[in-house]
Amino acid sequence: MLAILLATIVLHLTDLIILFISTCANAWRTDGVTNYHLWYGCTQKNGVDDCSGTSDADWLQAVQALMILATIFCLISFIFFLCQLFTLVKGGRFFFTAVFQVLASLFVMSGAIIYTVMSPELKNENDAYGYAFVLAWLAFPLTLISGFIYIVLRKKE
Amino acid sequence: MLSVLALTSVVLLSIASQITAIVVYTSWERHALVGSDVRLSCSFFSWHWTSPDVTFSWQYRPDGAKEGISIFHYGGGAAYVDNKGPFRDRLEFVGNPSRRDGSILIKNLDFSDNGTFTCDAKNPPDIVGHSSSVRLLVFEKVPVQAGVITGAIIGVVLGLLILVVAIYYLMRFLVARRVFSLSMSKHGKKGKGKEGSQQKQALAVADPVKLKAAASEKKKQESRREKK
Repeated sequence: MLAILLATIVLHLTDLIILFISTCANAWRTDGVTNYHLWYGCTQKNGVDDCSGTSDADWLQAVQALMILATIFCLISFIFFLCQLFTLVKGGRFFFTAVFQVLASLFVMSGAIIYTVMSPELKNENDAYGYAFVLAWLAFPLTLISGFIYIVLRKKE
Repeated sequence: MLSVLALTSVVLLSIASQITAIVVYTSWERHALVGSDVRLSCSFFSWHWTSPDVTFSWQYRPDGAKEGISIFHYGGGAAYVDNKGPFRDRLEFVGNPSRRDGSILIKNLDFSDNGTFTCDAKNPPDIVGHSSSVRLLVFEKVPVQAGVITGAIIGVVLGLLILVVAIYYLMRFLVARRVFSLSMSKHGKKGKGKEGSQQKQALAVADPVKLKAAASEKKKQESRREKK
């Protein structure tokens, strides 16, 4: 029982860390030298770096919002888990934790899908995807699995 | 007492004006549509009173150029607008120098007006300070400002979350209260109500405060029924 609990907590914390890195690191795409997206992009003009925030696309702001919401919901579900661990009755399920975790995974899935579909519009098509993009796609199945574990998990004494 | 206070403030002001410089304020960035007018505001903060010799000057540097040209100057009580450069007949002074406002109005914008506008204000004897720049971006269609959609989506979702939680707790509270009022009406009058020993148990444990509250609610419900 203790091993399952520890494994669940470790998985949840991993999800949280992955979501934080994916949201905050500005590295969804890279052109080999510089990373850009989700928050700002820099271009070189006559040897001078010209950095500006990405205010040119509506869908990019939607992706920003969805990633932030996914991180917030994952954090809320972790706090709920710690609360319910001590206050839940014997045999009860971690219902609210599961709900928030599944919602977080849905948000991260929507954000990653929107970015994947719309990103060829901006910048070159030869640019590779950055590590933050990979982490976002990784976060989706991990949070989903974590949410299902909470649906199945029951509290025993 | 008051005179001591006044004296202290005068001394402090004179000291402060020796060590601080003039601070010029403009916007950071302005977005405008082609063909529209834009008002570039410029103001300053200075410890000295606004002198009659206050000067405002605006400089324009196009995107990609290394140097700027002077397009506006206010000094000695008179405003001098650009009459040779790219803004001739399009520039107007709409500021109020005595109120520390040195704003200019540019009419009928074009894509070639993209660039950086620098405002420099001097309030003798306070002449040391940095100038401030505002970037003008001219669009065919004004794009959504950074973060507006982001903030809207986050706000709506969190608001819905709070609303759902509030409704959930409200329903729980209302269901609990309904149990009380139904049991009261069954006990007092032969009204409609659910049968069951649960209500009698709830009645048994009710303390006088809750009984009073339930009784007042019952009276309100009866008056409502009478009105109907």
